[in-house]
Amino acid sequence: MLVVKNIDVYYGKINAVRRASLHVSEGEIVALIGGNGAGKTTMLNTISGLIRAFGGSILYDGQDITKQPPDRIVQMGISHVPEGRLVFKPMSTEDNLLLGSFSRYSLGKRREIENDREQVYSIFPILKERRRQPAGTLSGGEQQMLAIGRALMAKPKLLLLDEPSMGLAPFIIKEIFRHILELRNRFGLTVLLVEQNARNALRIADSGYVLETGRVVLQGQAEDLLANRDVQRAYLGRDLDTEMDVQ
Amino acid sequence: MGISSYLQFLISGVTMGSIYGLTALGFTIIFNTTGIINFAQGEFVMLGGILSVFFLKWFDIGLFPSILLAVLATTIIGGVIERFAIRPVKGASVINLIIVTIGVSIFVRGLTMIFLGKDTFSLPHFSGNLPLTFAGVAVMPQSIWILAITLVLLAILRLFFTRTIYGKGMLACSYNRKASSLVGIGVDRMVLFSFLISSLVGAIGGVILTPVTLTSYDVGIMLGLKGFSACIIGGLGNPFGAAAGGVLLGILESLCAGVISSAYKDAFAFFVLLVLLFVKPSGLFGQAKIERV
Repeated sequence: MLVVKNIDVYYGKINAVRRASLHVSEGEIVALIGGNGAGKTTMLNTISGLIRAFGGSILYDGQDITKQPPDRIVQMGISHVPEGRLVFKPMSTEDNLLLGSFSRYSLGKRREIENDREQVYSIFPILKERRRQPAGTLSGGEQQMLAIGRALMAKPKLLLLDEPSMGLAPFIIKEIFRHILELRNRFGLTVLLVEQNARNALRIADSGYVLETGRVVLQGQAEDLLANRDVQRAYLGRDLDTEMDVQ
Repeated sequence: MGISSYLQFLISGVTMGSIYGLTALGFTIIFNTTGIINFAQGEFVMLGGILSVFFLKWFDIGLFPSILLAVLATTIIGGVIERFAIRPVKGASVINLIIVTIGVSIFVRGLTMIFLGKDTFSLPHFSGNLPLTFAGVAVMPQSIWILAITLVLLAILRLFFTRTIYGKGMLACSYNRKASSLVGIGVDRMVLFSFLISSLVGAIGGVILTPVTLTSYDVGIMLGLKGFSACIIGGLGNPFGAAAGGVLLGILESLCAGVISSAYKDAFAFFVLLVLLFVKPSGLFGQAKIERV
């Protein structure tokens, strides 16, 4: 579904991503793990068109999207939930969701979009309770749900999730990960998940990539990576969160 | 001084204030989508008025068609300014962009002076210049035009920003540009759109004002500054607060001119601005940022 081939990304002179490749098949959850500054977010930003790759190519459903602008990429079916959630804080939850449908909005589709919003509410019932509240007054977990809901409003086939667990309490992280699984299992979404919380990410993922200073240093099935000594030492540490069995 | 003279000040204050309000509205629309203060806003007001005068003179097509043409032309100029002066430097810092708009305003003023001259021009009143008298207060028909058009324009813009997805999309650009791109809002298009709306609103302000105050190539400077004061008074970023700030500024100014001396009229506007900045920097209708992080 998504094929990233040898992309190079620079910030000024800094080479943030070096000849990185990855492959996401339809219906998969793929985890992209790595430490701070490894280039994970940069990869996602390049896929969604926020920054341009200097070299290499990105294919989505067989089409080259390397040089497409972000609004076009959203229309093609890739939605990106950015790091830090970035909800429109002064706007109501409802308006945030409405804006999620901007790329496919037309007056004739108002009913359809209304229904889609109800569907997002059925996945995240708390958002319905908060629908008139400014998004900035929502809790971190709720904002994360809103950011995911907003991305769903574009009717994506591929969802890019950037650090959905960042700054959240463990039991909320568990809930968010449960939702990610649900999105794949019930709605057939394909997910590319960037996480520092490597253990949880690999637990729900089918396959994974390990990024280090802009390079893909390891790739494989999620369970193999979980069992891999190097990965354990570098990213998993002591298993403090066995109690958080998300499966 | 009797009550009727105060009423008279009030009427002329509201008239002038409506124009400040419309100018302020133009400032906030561009500020909201781009974060820049467009110091060429006053030139849009000037162009609306002065182009009406010249289109009327050149084409001989009647007052209202000339006005329509002038508003249209100014709107296009607004779009051209965005496309060729703002977009090429869009990665630059806000302060640089603001300086670009100052350059643009000087450029526009200069061209106007060269091609249309330094004279002062007038535009006929829309419906006669015989004042109507209510309870000893004279009201020019043009004042009623100004008020009515301002109110209609405010209502339309209010609907646009609160009821349509494009209006909300423009606001979203100001709240978070990156997130706006990610939901599929073409940010470049929205910025262009905000320049079009601002220049349209500015031009309409200029057109309805010109019969009352005359126009020349340099009226945009003072109108722009007053409009800027109005939107600081009302709270930058809040379009309708800015419009209200304009009306308030107009009334205060006219009271000052009437009660103290008209020599201090302009100074008074900026005095009010300074006092407000000391006392409540977020503006009368602006709210301090409160959010959960």
